[in-house]
Amino acid sequence: MTDAATLFGLCAAALVGIGVYALVVNPQPLRKIVAFNVIGNGVFVLFGVIARRGGVLEWGGDPVPQALLITGLVVAFSATALAVALLLRLAHETGSATLAADAPEAARSDAGAGDA
Amino acid sequence: MMEAFNFGLAFLILALAVWTVVARDTFAAVVGFVAYGLLLTLVWVQLHGIDVALTEAALGSGLTGALLIGAAARLRKTESAARAERPGVPTRVAAALAAGCVTVALAVAVLALPDPAPSLAPETAANIAATGVGNPITAVLLAFRAMDTLLEAIVVLFAMIGVWSLAPDRAWGGRPGPLHRADPDGILAYLARVLPPIGLVVGLYIFWIGADLPGGKFQGATILAAMWLLVVMAGLADTPPIGSTRLRIALVAGPVVFIAIGAAGVTTAGAFLAYPDGLAKPLIKVIEWALLPSLALTLALILAGAPERGAK
Repeated sequence: MTDAATLFGLCAAALVGIGVYALVVNPQPLRKIVAFNVIGNGVFVLFGVIARRGGVLEWGGDPVPQALLITGLVVAFSATALAVALLLRLAHETGSATLAADAPEAARSDAGAGDA
Repeated sequence: MMEAFNFGLAFLILALAVWTVVARDTFAAVVGFVAYGLLLTLVWVQLHGIDVALTEAALGSGLTGALLIGAAARLRKTESAARAERPGVPTRVAAALAAGCVTVALAVAVLALPDPAPSLAPETAANIAATGVGNPITAVLLAFRAMDTLLEAIVVLFAMIGVWSLAPDRAWGGRPGPLHRADPDGILAYLARVLPPIGLVVGLYIFWIGADLPGGKFQGATILAAMWLLVVMAGLADTPPIGSTRLRIALVAGPVVFIAIGAAGVTTAGAFLAYPDGLAKPLIKVIEWALLPSLALTLALILAGAPERGAK
């Protein structure tokens, strides 16, 4: 029989893999941010599994990693928000949201004309 | 029964994660990500991390979801151009191989975890009485690992400053986000009038109960921030100009109180962030009360984005 901790541990390993694939393959920056969050979720769930396995007495999980997880979730949100703000500013400046090396140059002239 | 539920949950989560990769439309992918975040909340419940589940529901799925959906809607115009840059087959195969290796390595690590598992729970149980709080996670966050929580509050503040600093020059000191106009008799305006009183009670309750039961300031502050954003999005209130001195004082008040209490610990208890005997619980309460409004404001302003309009 598979206990919940092992099952979700394997699920977390798969999530990290899905996130890594998406991070490389999806060209849109916003999709890369989502992919990064999926990787982050996988890492958090792995840590949660470790917390669950460390549970004793009346507590179902080790409170130290669980508290660090809450800190981690808040920091992940902050980093995501900063990345999204950078992306929106990029799109506002260049008129396109792309990470390709030459595309912003070409787009800038269009956006510049539109702004003025 | 529970096993079947867990298998179904793991399957749904993986399916939604795959959906965020393969969906053609970014907006659809982001909506899938929000549903996936809510299901992750159930994983946290199954892993006996109720505090983490609350945070995941409020922050990881709720606020992050709102942030990503807003960004996806604003970036729609750029969608078709970016889609054309999808890498070729060799890159995709290499990415799949790399991802597969990472997954296999992690799975092997999961199956090889030591038994019995190392745990700090007994130490926490032995020392929790000294803090006076009943929720071990609150004890860890505000006593045993208070430094992490202090730095986290400052990270959130810095992230907000980072978002603000992306404002165009003409909007500096102005109001974040676009001006929202909604039909004053529409469903959004109606919900923005009905829900905030309920949300306020729920948010404060989750905050208040956090000393002894699952809950706490991060979860409570997120709910308060969401209620305020609902009011803003319905056009019933506007975001404050970021140049406002009162706003800035409110934003730093929480971390400043936390640092001041920490610094006082150097003289009264012999270490930064140490609490004198018997005063731990009142001091933890003061820090939590000071952090709640600052955190709620900071989280809401992070989500509101960079200033886009002048102060007037």
